[in-house]
Formats: sequence, structure tokens, C-alpha cells
Amino acid sequence: MYDFAYHHPKTLAEALAALKDKPEARPVSGGMTLIPTLKMRLSKPSDLVDLNGIKELTGIKVEGNGVTIGGMTRHADVASSADVKKTIPALAQLAALIGDPAVRNRGTIGGSVANADPAADYPAAVVALDATITTTEGKHKADDFFKGLFETALKDGELITAVSFPKPEKAGYEKFRNPASRYAMVGVFVAKTAGGVRVAVTGAGPSVFRVKAMEDALSKNFSSDAIKDIKIPADGLNSDIHGSAEYRAHLVTVMARRAVDQANK
Amino acid sequence: MTIDVAMTVNGKAVSGKVEARTLLVQFLREHLGMTGTHVGCDTSQCGACVVHVDGKSVKSCTILAVQLEGSNVLTIEGLAESAEKLHPMQEAFREHHALQCGFCTPGMVMSAIDMVKRHDYQLDEKTVRHELEGNLCRCTGYHNIVKAILAAAPAMKSAGV
Repeated sequence: MYDFAYHHPKTLAEALAALKDKPEARPVSGGMTLIPTLKMRLSKPSDLVDLNGIKELTGIKVEGNGVTIGGMTRHADVASSADVKKTIPALAQLAALIGDPAVRNRGTIGGSVANADPAADYPAAVVALDATITTTEGKHKADDFFKGLFETALKDGELITAVSFPKPEKAGYEKFRNPASRYAMVGVFVAKTAGGVRVAVTGAGPSVFRVKAMEDALSKNFSSDAIKDIKIPADGLNSDIHGSAEYRAHLVTVMARRAVDQANK
Repeated sequence: MTIDVAMTVNGKAVSGKVEARTLLVQFLREHLGMTGTHVGCDTSQCGACVVHVDGKSVKSCTILAVQLEGSNVLTIEGLAESAEKLHPMQEAFREHHALQCGFCTPGMVMSAIDMVKRHDYQLDEKTVRHELEGNLCRCTGYHNIVKAILAAAPAMKSAGV
């Protein structure tokens, strides 16, 4: 790992000040992706601004018709939250499937969403539940947030403060895990919301995406049989040592059906 | 960038001057000379480096020493009351022969204790196997590790640890 200057702000304002005018500075939340990246020398930040001491970024609140989760809230806290389990059980289940217990004790929702790893779990929930991402610059709609491989609408120095998930009528998440990394080979989050059915896929493509054909079919009949014959094209999907694009395309339908069954339980 | 860092390790106040990039596991092994915590994969997957930070299991190869200013760290060296009296989890690992080469054992023991406490001393085999997903053992096939953890849970409860 290359060395860097380290900052440990206590407030959001101090963190923004530490990042300001430093194009090569990076914020670190749980560090479960960033620290391995630094160790492999794939990234060389001039400064590391540690968000772990900022209390205002942590916590889970049931607000209006949904749940708002502070950006620095750990996966373990989302997975075990009585509020999340009651309001959106599929979201607590998703958090419990990330990495392993030690990773869940450090990793954060803001970090996961900001990093936009193609195989991360949270982006599927954010898009399927039509969540709102609140940052130090304003609010982002889920559909406009994820732009591509590790690419989001966030600008340099913009930090995620919270993610707000409206309560769906029903929701389910199923993933086929890479057995070594526990990342999603393919994960599908299905939600029946006030605005219609939304199906979001992670792991399969360069970035999370929705499957309109499944959403239309599930709007008419919210059962796994309704989508069993819907195949998604393999063009543009991820292909690597863990699985071909064709394999991932096949898994999308399998995981989507299981997610619908999960939602209907 | 060199930074002064101070924390509590196994109940004792420790401090040192470290580069910002120093990992907790390097601080423990190379600065404090506490080599019980192992580096297995160095990629956050194998769990040989698991320690407790403020009561929660973390992978010490994936956290910086400077991030732990003021924290309370517990390593494998801090578990036993004395050379004669092991922690119930260590005792169970010995009793059930839950190791062969022993390289993964420190991380296994630390993760196992965290697991038992999070489940309020109530575990079944399925839960233990699932919860061990972050710890790799390449010798035992996990069978005796699972047995040891199941045996240690009630022993920890009655010992009040």
C-alpha cells in the first residue's frame, strides 16, 4: 500500500473540508473494498478521510412510509435491526447475505452504494425499492444514480448521508453467491411497490439494471410462474472465470423466480 | 505520514508511531510482537486475522491501525486467564481436536466467541456452519471445529464469559 495523509473528522463539515480541493483524496467508510484496493496498489489516494468517527451518519429511522438508513450504518446493524425487519424484511435479509460476519461488522450501506461494485447487493435493493439517496449535495433518485461499472452520479467530494427506502407491499431478494467472495454472481431484488412492480438485477451486468419484461409480467400476475419463460439476452453481461454471460443470463430468471417466491412467503 | 496511535490491547494500554498505511495486523505482529494473530490470505477472505474491536469481530488485515485510536482490541493472546486456565472456547478446541496445522485457529476461536455471544449462547449445527463462512480451514473439514463451538457455547455461558 502506498502511504497517504490520514484525516479523522468528527463531523460531516470537517470531512467535507478535508476533502475540499484535493482531487486525489478519498473518503473511507467501512473500508471493505477500499483497503483491499489500496493493498493491491490499484488506487493511490493523496489523503484518506475516515468517516468512521462521524456519529451523525449512523442510525436507522422509521420515517413516514419507510425506513431511512444513515450512510455509515453497518451491514450487521441493518441485518439485525428490528425496525428494518418489520418494515422491509427483504432488506434485512439482503444485509445478512453480504460478505461474512466480520465484513458485516465494518461495511456500510453508504460505502456499498457509493462504490457501485457490479456484484454488490445493496444497489439491487436501492433500485428495486425506488430508494432516495441523500448526499451532502442533495437527493438522487435510484434510477438516475447508478451510471455504470463503479460509476455513480456522485461528484468528487460528495458524500452519501442516508438512503431512504419506501416500504413496499411485498419484496424479496435472492442471490447466487460466489462461494469464495460471497459477492453476487447474480442477485435479483423484486418489489411490489405503490408505483408498480420493480425488478433489479445485480452481479449480472456492469451495473445494476431493471428487467422491464419481468416487471410487466409480474404487474399482471405476481407469481414466479409469470416470469418462468422470460429469458434475458446475454449480450453485454459479465463474463469471467466465475461464469459466462450466458450462465449469468440464465441465473437472472432463476433468481428472479426465487425472489418472487420469497416475496410471496 | 507518521501518526501516534494509542489503543487498549488485551486490557493493556499500548501506543506507537505508525505510518498511516499500517494495518492493524501489522501493528499487532510487527510493532507489539504479538504474533498470535495470523495473516492467511491478506485479502479479507480467510479470517485467520480476526480480532475483536470494541467487542465485535473484524478482519485485522482490512483495517488501519490509525483507525483504532482509543479502541479496545482483543486478540487470541488476551483470552486465557492464565497458562493453566484457557478460555472455554480454546479448551473446547483442544478437547475436540478442532485443529490440525493450527494456522486458522486464532481467527476461528475469535470468530467463534463472537458468534456464540451474538446468538446469546444458543447455537445449532446449521447456524455454526453458516456463521463460519468468513473463516477458512484447509485441513479439518470443519467437522471438529463445529463440534468444539457447539460444546463451548454452554461452557461459556456457565463460565460467564
